[in-house]
Amino acid sequence: MNTAQMIPQGVDYIRILPEIVLSVFGIVIMLLDPLVDARRSQRGLGFLALTGSLAALAATGYQSQHAGLGFWNMVQVDAFSTFFHYLILAITAVVILTSFEYMRVQEIRAGEYYALILFGAVGMVLMSSAVELVLIFIALEISSISTYILAGFRRRAAISSESSVKYFLLGSFATAFFLYGVALMFGATGSTRIPEIAHALTAVPVPLLAFVGVALMFVGLGFKVAAAPFHVWTPDVYEGAPSPVVAFMSTAPKAAVFAVLLRIFFEANAPGRLWLIWIAAALSMTLGNIGALVQTNVKRMLAYSSIAHAGYLLVAYAVAPQDGIPAVMFYTAAYAAMNVGAFAVASHFGGSGERYVTLEDYAGLGRTSPVLAASLTIFLLSLIGIPMTGGFFAKFYVFRAAMGANLVGLTIIGLLNSAVGAYYYLRIIVAMYMKEGQREVPVSPIPPGLGVALTISLAATLYLGLLPGRVLDYASRSVAELLH
Amino acid sequence: MSEPSMNNSILTLVTFIPLAGALLLMFMPRRDREIRRFALAVSLVTFIASLHLPVHFLASQPGYQFEVNNQWITTPNIHYHMGADGISMWLVVLTTFLTPLCVLISWKSIGERVKEFFIILLVLETALIGVFVSLDLFLFYFFWEATLIPMALLIGMYGHGRKIYAAVKFFLYTMIASMFMLAAILWLYAKVGSFDLIVIQDAIRRGNVEHFASAAPWLFLGFFIAFAVKVPLFPFHTWLPDAHVEAPTAGSVLLAGVLLKMGTYGLLRFNLGLFPEQSRSNAWWIMILALIGIIYGALVAMVQPNMKKVIAYSSVSHLGFVVLGIFSFTQAGLDGATFVMLAHGVATGGLFMLAGILYERKHTYEISEKRGLATPMPAYAAFFLFIVLASVGLPLLNGFIGEFLVLSGAFQARAIYGILAATGVIWSAGYLLWMYQRVFFGKVTHPSNNALPDLDVRERVALAPAAALALVMGVAPLIWLHDISPAVQSALAPFGQLASKLVGR
Repeated sequence: MNTAQMIPQGVDYIRILPEIVLSVFGIVIMLLDPLVDARRSQRGLGFLALTGSLAALAATGYQSQHAGLGFWNMVQVDAFSTFFHYLILAITAVVILTSFEYMRVQEIRAGEYYALILFGAVGMVLMSSAVELVLIFIALEISSISTYILAGFRRRAAISSESSVKYFLLGSFATAFFLYGVALMFGATGSTRIPEIAHALTAVPVPLLAFVGVALMFVGLGFKVAAAPFHVWTPDVYEGAPSPVVAFMSTAPKAAVFAVLLRIFFEANAPGRLWLIWIAAALSMTLGNIGALVQTNVKRMLAYSSIAHAGYLLVAYAVAPQDGIPAVMFYTAAYAAMNVGAFAVASHFGGSGERYVTLEDYAGLGRTSPVLAASLTIFLLSLIGIPMTGGFFAKFYVFRAAMGANLVGLTIIGLLNSAVGAYYYLRIIVAMYMKEGQREVPVSPIPPGLGVALTISLAATLYLGLLPGRVLDYASRSVAELLH
Repeated sequence: MSEPSMNNSILTLVTFIPLAGALLLMFMPRRDREIRRFALAVSLVTFIASLHLPVHFLASQPGYQFEVNNQWITTPNIHYHMGADGISMWLVVLTTFLTPLCVLISWKSIGERVKEFFIILLVLETALIGVFVSLDLFLFYFFWEATLIPMALLIGMYGHGRKIYAAVKFFLYTMIASMFMLAAILWLYAKVGSFDLIVIQDAIRRGNVEHFASAAPWLFLGFFIAFAVKVPLFPFHTWLPDAHVEAPTAGSVLLAGVLLKMGTYGLLRFNLGLFPEQSRSNAWWIMILALIGIIYGALVAMVQPNMKKVIAYSSVSHLGFVVLGIFSFTQAGLDGATFVMLAHGVATGGLFMLAGILYERKHTYEISEKRGLATPMPAYAAFFLFIVLASVGLPLLNGFIGEFLVLSGAFQARAIYGILAATGVIWSAGYLLWMYQRVFFGKVTHPSNNALPDLDVRERVALAPAAALALVMGVAPLIWLHDISPAVQSALAPFGQLASKLVGR
C-alpha cells in the first residue's frame, strides 16, 4: 500500500459525513458549555444539539446519493445503512426535543448531556454502516460509553449512579465477549471484513471456531439489545436512568446493534444461527413478559417489555434473509416510534426528581390530562400490537416470516406471549382511565418541545400502522443490496 | 352519484361514516348536548346509508355484492377487499340499527366523559361493520381486533361494580383466543400467498395448498377457538356474564346484539367456508357443546337474582341455537341460525335497554328489589312483556321463526339433537316469564317503587323501533330469508359435494 492509497479520497468523507457532522456539533457544544451561563445554557445548547441531529439527517440524505464503500472498505453506504442512519438520527432528534423540558425540571446541567447524546449517535450510525468487525467494535464502544455516562446523569439520585455503574460493569464485560468473538472469527476465516468472512464461511465444513466466534459475538450483542439470558441488567438500569435517556438507549443503540446482527447473521452468513436465535428469542419473549406482569413501576415495566420486544425481533433472525431483514428493519422503526413516545410521556409525567413513576400515580391521568393519556394509550396499544398502530404490523411481519419458514412452534410462543403482554400494558391504560387517583399528582401543561416530540412519535406510530407498505418496500429493496 | 359507482363505494361509506364522525367529535368542544345530538345524527346517517344495501341487493345473484377490491399493502399481499352477501348484509344493518338506539339509551345515563363515550361508541361501530364486510382475512383480523379496545373501554370506563375485572377479563379472553386464529391465518398466507378469502377457498378446493391435509384440523381449531370464545360457546362463556353485568347499557346492547354474532358469523363464514371436511368431522362434539350451552345457559339463567345476568345467560342459551343450526349443515338450520342472530340482536338488545332504563331509576339490577312494577310503570311493563315474548319465541314475533328453523334443521341432522334443543325453548319461556312475573306482578313491596316514573318520550323512541322490528320480523320473515337463503345455499354447496362424494363411494 503506497502513501497515495493511505490518504482518504474526498468521497470517503461523504461516506462518513453524518458522523463528522455529529462529532463537530458535539465538540462545539462541549466547547461552548463552560463559556455560557449555566442556567441559560439549557435552551441554547439544546437547540444546537437539535440542529446537529437535523444537519446529520440532511447529511444522510446527501450521503445516500453516494452509495459505495469507503475508508479502505471499512464503511459501506447502501440503502440498508441509510435506513438505520435516518432511524437513529430521527430518534436522536426526538429525544433531544423531549430533553428540553426534562433538563430544566430536573435542574441538570445540560451541555455534556447533549454532547454525549450526539457522540452516542456517532457510534450508533457508524455501527450501521461499518462492514468490518473491528470498526464495529469501536463504534459499539463509542455508543456504549456515552450511554454508560448518560444512564448516571441524575447525579443527585443514588439509583441513577447505581444504574450507571451496573450498566458499565456488565456492559464492558459483554463487549469483551464480543471482542473474543471477533478474534475467534478472525482465526476461523482470516479476515475481519464481513464480505470476506461470508466468502470464507461458504467453505464446507465450516470450522468449529466460527461457531464459537458467532456465539461469543452474539453474547456481546445480545447484552446490548437486552435479549435473554443476557437481560438481567435492564430493569435496574432503566429504572435509574433519566427517562429521556431510557427512551434513547432502549431504541437507538438497539436499532444499531440489530443492524450489526443483521450484517453478521445474514450478510456474513454466520453458522449455527437458528438454534442460537430460537432459544434466545423464546427466552426473551417469555421472561420479558412474565417479568413485566408483576411490575408496579412503569419504567421497570417498560424495561421488561423491551426485553420481550427484543425477543419478538430476534424471531425474525431465524428465517430466510429476504423475509427476516425487512421484518427487523420495520420492527426497529415501529418500536422506536412507540417506545420513544411512551418514555416521552413518562419523562414529562415523572416531574421533578422523577417522583411519579408507579401505576398508582398514573391513576386518573385520563381525567387530569386527556391529551397525555390518549397519546400514551396509543403507544401502549402499539406495544400490545393492536391494529392501526405500527406495533401491529411489526409483529405481523415478524410472525408471518416465521410462519413462512415453518417455525410454527416459535410463532405460537410469540403470539401467546403477545397476548400475555397485553395484560400489563392494559394495566396502565386501566389505571389512567378506569381508576381514580389516590393522591394529587400535578400534571404541568405540555411544553412545545415535548409536544413536537409526541406529535412525531404519534404520527410515525399511526403511519406505520395504516400505510406500512412504503417503509417495508424500502426495507425489502435494501435487502437485495445487502445480499448482493 | 350514479348507481353502479354507489354500489362500489357503499360498503366503504357505511363502514367509515361512524369513524369520520368520531374524528369530528374529537375536535368538538365539550358541550354534552351538542355531542349527543351529533352522535345521534352520525349513527342515523350510517343507518340510512346502510339501507342502501338491502334495497339494492339482488337476491338472485350468487356470490358477494357491493364488492370493492383494492391493493392496500403490497408486501405482504393485503387487499382492501370488502363485499356482502345476504348474511353479512343483514348483520351490517343490525349493527347500524342498534347503534342509534344505543346513543338514545345513553342520553342521560352517561353523564361524565360524554365526548369520549360517543367517540368510543362510533369507533366500535366502524370496527363491527368492518368485521362483517371484510373478505380479506387480514382485513377481517384487523377489524376483529379493533373491536376489542373500544368494547373493553366501554366496560371499564362506563361500567359499574367490578368493571375493571370484567373489562380485563373480556379483553384477555378474546385476545388470547384470537392469537390462535392469527396463527392459522398466517399459516394459510404462508402457503397460499394471499389473504383473500375467495382465493384461499379456491386454492383449498383445488387442493393447491401444500400439507393442507395434515394442518387442516389444527387450522380449523385455530379459527374455532377464536370464534367459540366470542360466541360464547360452553365452556368458553365465563367472561360473558361478568362483561354484561358490569357494562353500561349501550355496551351490553352492542355486546349481545352484535359482538357475539361476530363469533357465529365467523364460524359460518370461515370454519364452514374454508374447512368443510373438518367442519363435518368435528360437528358432533360442537353440536353437543351447543346443546349443553342451550340447556345449561337456560338453567343458570333461571336461578340468577340479577336481571342482567338472566339476560346474559339467556344469550348463552340462544347463541347455542345458532351454533347448533350452523353445524346441522342443513338449509333450514343455517337459515334459522342466521335469523336467530338477527332476532336475538333485536330482542336481547331491547331487553338490555329495558334493564338499563330500570337501572337508571333504581341503580340496581336485583330482581328482588322490584315487585309489582306494572302499577307505577304500565308502559314500561307493556314494552317489557312484548320484548320478552319476542325473546321466548312466541309465534308472530321474531324469536319463533329462527328457533323453529334451527330445530327443524337439527331434527334433520339427528332427531335427538332436535328434541334436546326443543327443551331449551321451554326453559327460556320459563326463566324469562318467571323474571317478568317477579318484577311486574304482585303488590309493590318497596314503597319507593311507587314513585318510579314511567317511560319518557326519549325512552319510548328508543324502544319502539326494536319492538316494531320484532313484530315485522315475526310476521314477514321472508323479507330477510329471501336474501339469506341464497347465501346459505352457497355456503352449503361444498357440503352437498362432500355428501355426494361420500355417497358415491
